[in-house]
Formats: sequence, structure tokens, C-alpha cells
Amino acid sequence: MATSTTQPRAGRRLPDSPRDPRRVGFSQTLGRWDVKVSPYLYISPFFILFALTGLFPLAYTAYVSVYDWHLLGGQGDFVGFDNFAFVFQEPNFWKGLRNTFSIFLLSTIPQLMIAIVLAALLDANLRARTFWRMGVLVPYVVAPVAVSLIFGKVFADQSGLANAVLGFFGVDPIKWHGAVLPSHFAVATMVNFRWTGYNTLILLAAMQAVPRELYEAAVIDGATRVRQFFSITIPQIRPTLIFVVITSTIGGLQIFDEPRMFDQLGQGGPGRQWMTVTMYIYELGFGNSKSFGRAAAVAWVLFLIILAVGMLNFWLTRRIASESTPKEPRRKKVKR
Amino acid sequence: MSAPSVPFIRQTAGASAARAANRSRGYGSERRPGWVTYLFLTLAIVVFVSPIYYAFLLASSDSATIAQNPIPSLIPGGNFLANVNEVLSANINFWKALTNSIIVAVTTSASVVLFSTLAGFSFAKLRFRGRNGLLLFVIATTAVPTQLGIVPLFIVMAELGWLSKLVAVIVPGLVTAFGVFWMTQYLESALPYELIEAARVDGASMIRTFWSIALPAARPAAIMLGLFAFVGSWTNFFWPFIVLGSSNPTLPVALQLLQASYFKDMSLIMAGVVLSAIPLLLLFVVAGRQLVAGIMAGAVKG
Repeated sequence: MATSTTQPRAGRRLPDSPRDPRRVGFSQTLGRWDVKVSPYLYISPFFILFALTGLFPLAYTAYVSVYDWHLLGGQGDFVGFDNFAFVFQEPNFWKGLRNTFSIFLLSTIPQLMIAIVLAALLDANLRARTFWRMGVLVPYVVAPVAVSLIFGKVFADQSGLANAVLGFFGVDPIKWHGAVLPSHFAVATMVNFRWTGYNTLILLAAMQAVPRELYEAAVIDGATRVRQFFSITIPQIRPTLIFVVITSTIGGLQIFDEPRMFDQLGQGGPGRQWMTVTMYIYELGFGNSKSFGRAAAVAWVLFLIILAVGMLNFWLTRRIASESTPKEPRRKKVKR
Repeated sequence: MSAPSVPFIRQTAGASAARAANRSRGYGSERRPGWVTYLFLTLAIVVFVSPIYYAFLLASSDSATIAQNPIPSLIPGGNFLANVNEVLSANINFWKALTNSIIVAVTTSASVVLFSTLAGFSFAKLRFRGRNGLLLFVIATTAVPTQLGIVPLFIVMAELGWLSKLVAVIVPGLVTAFGVFWMTQYLESALPYELIEAARVDGASMIRTFWSIALPAARPAAIMLGLFAFVGSWTNFFWPFIVLGSSNPTLPVALQLLQASYFKDMSLIMAGVVLSAIPLLLLFVVAGRQLVAGIMAGAVKG
């Protein structure tokens, strides 16, 4: 609408004007072309790039996965679903899947709970507000690789900080690298360290958008702070919660940096205690076996899993968030 | 620095931030929270900052001390510069990694800002067939785990002869769906149609209108977007690790190499960690405010 009014259409109706009609006609055509094509031209970089580096590789992964394909040798014979059959009978694949989900749950759930509490604390008329908000965001600018190196030392089996603190309280040292669940806890801690503050700010923004009248009405109704939190805040920030959960699902199930750097060998431990699916993809494709076909098969499986979990998440978060809303009618009654 | 006006905050950081600003300046009547809130927040920030300080403590110590005691001392030792020196002179080529990281981060963030603003201008202010559908498609792509396409992407890069070249890391990050969506959201409210009309009536071409009208109007959001792109690029590991390899690393890749060859000497590794984190920590001191505002604005609108 803005652009359609700007064409100098009068030009053609004045054949006797001193200006050269052909030149006006040409610039007019050019102008119309400009208006018609420019919008598509401006958005095209994203679509071209996404097609080339996002969509095509993802689709081509399915193609590679049914071939015997070597990192150096290139495309080989068509093997059907052999690559899938191979990885499905590999215990390491299932270990990777188990570890990925375990780390994902250990990082997402506590992280969200802490972030909600922190956001609720920040959602007050604080002194030096910006200072507190910036404070929780500091870990975000530290690279996951660096975070992993730091926490690799904190959770060292011998002479680590965590075990030293535990020893101070008389707790026996824990095998943070050696055992399955402790190693997952350690890797999840790195994720939590980097992302809790970030999600806190997202949730804080959502909390500040909640109309203050709702709280005033609840206060009149005699609701406690805790009751207000569960009956007003949580249901009101539901869309944001869904958003946070889904983004952390997509990222969390592809986790690579933190577990890769947890020890210097990068294989996820001698017993693959903390090897994730993405690490397994890397190992199949770029490790000793150099089998792109098998790596692509696992990548494709993980893609489907992320899709499924994302949808499950969406459904679950909606349900959980709407279960805490039956008090809503009461709130309306109060307002009347 | 004087505090920005409330309408300005509403423009740059969203309505909720403006409401918060209003409250903090005493226009509202909300009372201040008690000391317990501050206590918990202090505790949280100590938890968030102490691992970074811990890395610095280790980096300023030496391997023998660290082996004896997990906490060398609460006051930094005197070995930091010596350790940094050793990291820089190691055969990992830290200087090159630093230069590479700067090149990649600067190019990608500049290009993300340019192309996202261009697309955002088009989506927010121009009329064309299929606009809503295409915008919806852009938003949907943020949910696609493109990282899983690495195998074909690697094959493509090998075909192009881009393996272990920076261009292989730069090109996939030239523009992001998040950036396009972000700039569309911002320009929708920040750029009046009248301005565009005026420019068009004056005979400015589309690209001229973009360059002299839309780009200046997009500045606050463009700066935030650039910051996020910079941080994202600086901390990116997976793809550079695969495609660059040890010969031409970025900083995170160099840290991996450092860990692989010096895993016995924690103080050296931590010196590398601190060294790689310093640029972004400095950036955070200067622009942390913008990052906070950006995350919060994105959350409300998204």
C-alpha cells in the first residue's frame, strides 16, 4: 500500500509534454519492476541460504543413509536399510540415546524450575535492577567448550572441587567421570550453568507482561504470595514456558560441546557413560570408521526423535499449564 | 550516562520494560522487596560467577599446586602471565585462532544484521504476494535441527574445496531465521509508513529507501541482533570443529586442541579458557545491558 501510491502515473497521459516520453516510460517500467521484485529480492538471501545449508543437507542425509558411503572413498553401493540395521544392533547407539535423554532431563527440568524462581525474585521493584539482570546473564558469554573445561576440573574424580567440598561434609568421593548418572549430572550442570540465566530473563519478561490488576484482585481475595504465583503467574506465562521448553528440546537433544570436552579423549568415557547421540554421529562419520552412511542414518533417526519429542513437549506443556488454571473463574468473580 | 526516557525504552525494549522503568522511577507505587530477595539473588550471582573466577584462580597457579589442592588459593597466584605466555607460544597457534574467531564473528554478525534487516524491512513494510505464508515459513525453520545435516554439508564443502577454510564456517551463518523474524517484529512498529512514502515520492528507489530510511530506524534492534550473532559465532564449536580441523582453528577449536595436548597441566588449559573468554567478557561489560534488553524484548514479542 505504501509503495503503490508512489508511482508517477501521470507521465503517459501527457504526450505533448516537453519531456521525452520514451525515457519516462522506461523509468516507469523500471520503477514498477523495482516495486514488484524488490520485496522478494530482499527476503531471498535467507531462503537461498536455508535451502542450501539447512533443507538440502537434511533431505540429502536421508539419501546418504541408504548408501555405503565413506568419508574419503565417497558414494558406494546402495545398501537399503543396512546402515539403520547396523546402528540399531550397536549397543553404543542405545547408550547414546539413553545418555542424551538422561542429560536432557537432568538439564531441562531443574533449569526451568530455578529459572522460574529466579525470574519471580527479579520480578520485583529491585534497587540496581540492571545489575541483577546482568549478573544472571554472565555465564551466557562463556563458550560451552570453556564451560566444559572448567566443570571438567570441578568434577574431576581425583582432586576435583566437587569431591573436595563433599569430603568436607564427610561424603565419600563420587566418580563423576567413571559412573553413569554422576557424569550425566556433571554434563547437565554445565548446560544449566550457561542457560539458566538466559531463560530467567525470558521468563522475567513474560512475568512483567502479566497485568498487575490480576495480582491486586488476588490480594483483595486474600491469596498468599505462593498462591498468586501458582494461580496467576504460571498460567499467565504459559506461552513463554512452551517456547522455552521447545527451544531447549531442540538444542538439548543435539548436545555435543559439553560432553565432548568433559575429558580429553572426547569419546564419552571408556564405557561411553556420557556419549550423546550427536557425539555418536561424529564418531561414526569422522572417527575411525569414517562411515558417512551410518552417521547419516543416526542423524536421520535423531531428527525424527527431536520432531516427536518436540510435539510431545508441546502437548505436555499445554496440558500442565492449563491444569493450573481452574481457579481462573474465581478471579473473574472477584473482579466483578 | 543519563537514563533513557520511558517512551524510548518502550521502543527499544518493549512495553514490559517500559512499565518496569516507570515503576523504578517512582511513578508506580510498588514497594521495594525485603532483604531476603537480595540475599537469594546475591547467592545466585555468586554461583554464576564463581566458576569463571575459579578458572582464573587455576590459570594463575601451576600444575603442581593444583594437583595437591583442588582450590589453589582464593587469591590469584602470580603465574597467570607466564601461563598465558606458554599457551600463546604452544604449537596450537592461539594467535591465529584469535584472528580467525574475530574474522568469523565480525563477518557473520555484520552480514546477519544486513540481510536480516533487509528481509525484515520487506516483511514488515512491503506488500507482496505470499508474504504471510513466507514469514510463517521463516518462523517454522527455527524449529528445524539443521545441525543434523552435517554429513551432506561436509560433502558439499569438500566438493567446493572449502574444507579447513574460514568461508566454510562463515557462509552457513550469513543470515538466520531468528534475525529475520526479530527485525520484522521491530520494524513493524518502529518504522512509520509515512517515512517510506515520503522517500518514495521523492523518487528514491527501493534499495535507497532501505538504506537511508529503514536501516537507520532499525539501529537499536540491529545492534542487539549483531551482539547475539557475535556471541553465537564466538562460542560456536560443533561445525568449526568438523570442517576446520586443527590446521586453521577458531578459539573453541583451539581450546579442544589445547585440552588434547596439555591435559596434564590444568593451569595451562585454564589460561587458554580465560584468554578465550576475555573478549566476550569485555563485550559483556560494555554491552551487557543491550543483551539483557534484547533477550527480554524477544521474549515478549516471540
